Amino acid sequence: MTDIGNGDPRSGALFGCLALLVALAGPAGAAESLRIGMSADVTSIDPHFVNITPNNNVAWHIFEALTHVDADARLVPGLAESWRPLDPTTWEFKLRRGVRFHDGAELTAEDVAFSIDRPATLTTSPGPFTTFTRPIVAKETPDRYTIRLKTAAPYAMVPYDMNSVYIVSKKAAAGATTEDFNTGKAAIGTGPYRLARFARGDRVELARYDGYWGPQAPWDRVVLRIVPNEGARVTALLADDLDAIEYVPTADLRRIRATPRFRLEQKVSWRTLFFTLDQHREPPPGVTGKDGRPLGRNPFKDPRVREAIAKALNRQAIVDRVMEGAAVPAANLVAPPVFGHAASLKPEAHDVAGARKLLAEAGFPDGFAMTLAAPNNRYLNDDQIAQAVAQMLARVGIDAKVATLPLATYFSRARNLDFAFAMLGWGSFSGDLALRSLVMTYDADRGTGAWNWGRYSNASLDRLVTQAFATVDERRREALAREAMALAMADRPVILLHHQLATWAMRRELGYAARTDEYTLAHHFRRER
Amino acid sequence: MLVYVIRRLLQSVVVLLAMSLLVFVGVYAIGNPVDILINPNADQEDIERAIKGLGLDKPLWEQYFVFLRQALAGDLGKSFAFNVPAIQLIVERMPATIELATAATLIAIVFGLPLGLWAGLKPRSAAGRTIMAGSILGFSLPTFWVGLMLIMVFSVHLGWLPSSGRGPTTPLLGVPVSFLSWDGLRHLVMPATNLALFNLALVIRLARAGTREALVQDYVKFARAKGLSNARIVGVHVLKNISIPIVTVIGLQFGSLIAFAIVTETIFAWPGMGKLIIDSINVLDRPVIVAYLLIIVTLFIVINLLVDLLYSVLDPRIRLADART
Repeated sequence: MTDIGNGDPRSGALFGCLALLVALAGPAGAAESLRIGMSADVTSIDPHFVNITPNNNVAWHIFEALTHVDADARLVPGLAESWRPLDPTTWEFKLRRGVRFHDGAELTAEDVAFSIDRPATLTTSPGPFTTFTRPIVAKETPDRYTIRLKTAAPYAMVPYDMNSVYIVSKKAAAGATTEDFNTGKAAIGTGPYRLARFARGDRVELARYDGYWGPQAPWDRVVLRIVPNEGARVTALLADDLDAIEYVPTADLRRIRATPRFRLEQKVSWRTLFFTLDQHREPPPGVTGKDGRPLGRNPFKDPRVREAIAKALNRQAIVDRVMEGAAVPAANLVAPPVFGHAASLKPEAHDVAGARKLLAEAGFPDGFAMTLAAPNNRYLNDDQIAQAVAQMLARVGIDAKVATLPLATYFSRARNLDFAFAMLGWGSFSGDLALRSLVMTYDADRGTGAWNWGRYSNASLDRLVTQAFATVDERRREALAREAMALAMADRPVILLHHQLATWAMRRELGYAARTDEYTLAHHFRRER
Repeated sequence: MLVYVIRRLLQSVVVLLAMSLLVFVGVYAIGNPVDILINPNADQEDIERAIKGLGLDKPLWEQYFVFLRQALAGDLGKSFAFNVPAIQLIVERMPATIELATAATLIAIVFGLPLGLWAGLKPRSAAGRTIMAGSILGFSLPTFWVGLMLIMVFSVHLGWLPSSGRGPTTPLLGVPVSFLSWDGLRHLVMPATNLALFNLALVIRLARAGTREALVQDYVKFARAKGLSNARIVGVHVLKNISIPIVTVIGLQFGSLIAFAIVTETIFAWPGMGKLIIDSINVLDRPVIVAYLLIIVTLFIVINLLVDLLYSVLDPRIRLADART
């Protein structure tokens, strides 16, 4: 790494200081660097500008939040040592004491209040963080280390939402623009690394923050290289230009596994793949009889048809053949480690005869024809999965014409409800959250069902999820979330496919605590002995 | 001459306007960037507010006029995804792409011209035949495949060259360039070669065809009769006469190299404009797409103009005023 810090005199000085510190610390602290290949471009260092994974991934090195999640996507203390509901509409967070920002100032409740207010001031964000801050209607800071957040109605998600609000230094970020964060001037957080250099479209360079409150990060310097092309990422690892990469393409898994120089770390990801089906229009777009004539009614409204489609899919075959093992069949909208996952549910068994029988009972003995829509650059092997599903549907008599589109058009058209049968992937912190966005009745005023493309509606499910959201007791809430998940999945509002596995590849002597939330965090890489 | 240049510039303005309108309508027809960039947990209100915040709720014609008004004031808008001026994003990446394209063009000329001349002078020799066979490969092998093969051989197996990325940069007249350092050159050589292959083949073929044609012309025979040395005939008279088509093609190709270095930049993770435009199209970042295409169109216009001007320098028989008819 001879190129680190080049072109920016400030970062040079920073590394100079670091090098000096390292030299003083003696041979035990020999400089160690880590180069990681990232799969997507980072658009900004401003942690409140746009809520997209690549930006958040970098933000987690520099900034922290009141609450964190562990490798299983479960909530754990972050900058807040503890939190509790004072009453159903007030949450109190106790801050960790002695936490210092990169500029040496101590973290106080005022910084937290400022950070919660800031997302609403960035009005030109295409993906704002206000989703997490809008429910908070009032704030109180009784002392330097306590903050109370008030909501209009009982709302159990506050501690979860706080995981998405990065805490910035009020002093550094007040009045700061996105560019101020990109240059590092305003990018003052409490995280284990500080920003050394952000070279847009190329790399993010980080330097260890020695005043970090938690365990010291194992690497003095970290370079996050942006290499979106899968092939280029893998070859850069093979050529030793990178120490580790994220999002290993499934086609290369076998090769890397067979090479003793490298190690793979895998974990079930929170991303679940499924199909939404139009359950409100007569007839849904693209659904006809096999002769092209209209069907007369919407087949997806019939639960027997939905069950038949669910039975027609051979999930294990998709996992083994298309995904090369990098997935597990799904029975839930959320992956196994996630809050509210109902372990009692089992993936639908593959049953062609049963599916044909159900279709006949529902009045479609000859099946019907439809269009199966899927993106072709969003999820792991999405277009191949769509092809495989279409063939499996053909075996039970449903002619599915596959239409795959690039992400840029796909989401816009899907949200416009152009598709009757469409692939969607989802990652959620909790089961009730997933249910609220995906299968609760579409209601713009209450903010439910925003991604319920099929417009499925079930009054008793709505009641149960609403109840879970208002339950501030975690254990009772998880029980309710599980109950709601079981109730929903029994009715098959969507056709589940699988949970993806997140995969990292790295040099043999490294190890990584693989994460369900798919984040690639340099400080969680370790040197294996 | 001056009238000619002014006329060409006026035509360019019309082209730029038409271009911006086409891109505007095109991107609008594809979809809405908020649908792609919005956080999945956002509810309907968040989505509405984000659309409003970016001005995407207004009718298309109104959005376009807002854009035109700002563009006339020299502001091509802020990127939706990066939240910085689109022009700044593009200008920031431009040196990397231009460096790559220039290196590729140099490789094409430095290797292509002598090889083409040789093949033209000795078309039936083994060397001549080999050069021509090789040029067919340069035409027909897809860039992305050659790029990956180069990486596999020189980075993964031999370990001679870095597999991707741009080397350290040093400022040259205020522009960050990477070819001044050894490490920078090592990063540059593979992507530049990969990008050059097609043009290399093109130059070889043009030079060979031109040479063969020129050798039977009267002026060459006359030069020989006068007793000029072979080196002078080929090096001065033939070379000068075959250079017009080559200059045209290299000029036009230079624009294409800059505009379409996308594949090479993607494979070698080269932080240039091509990568930027692909990412921007993926998230429908309209200000960046429009600004990029406007810049590229301008670039083509300027290059075409320069090529025309160069003609008149190379061949005194060509008068630019004649282009009026």
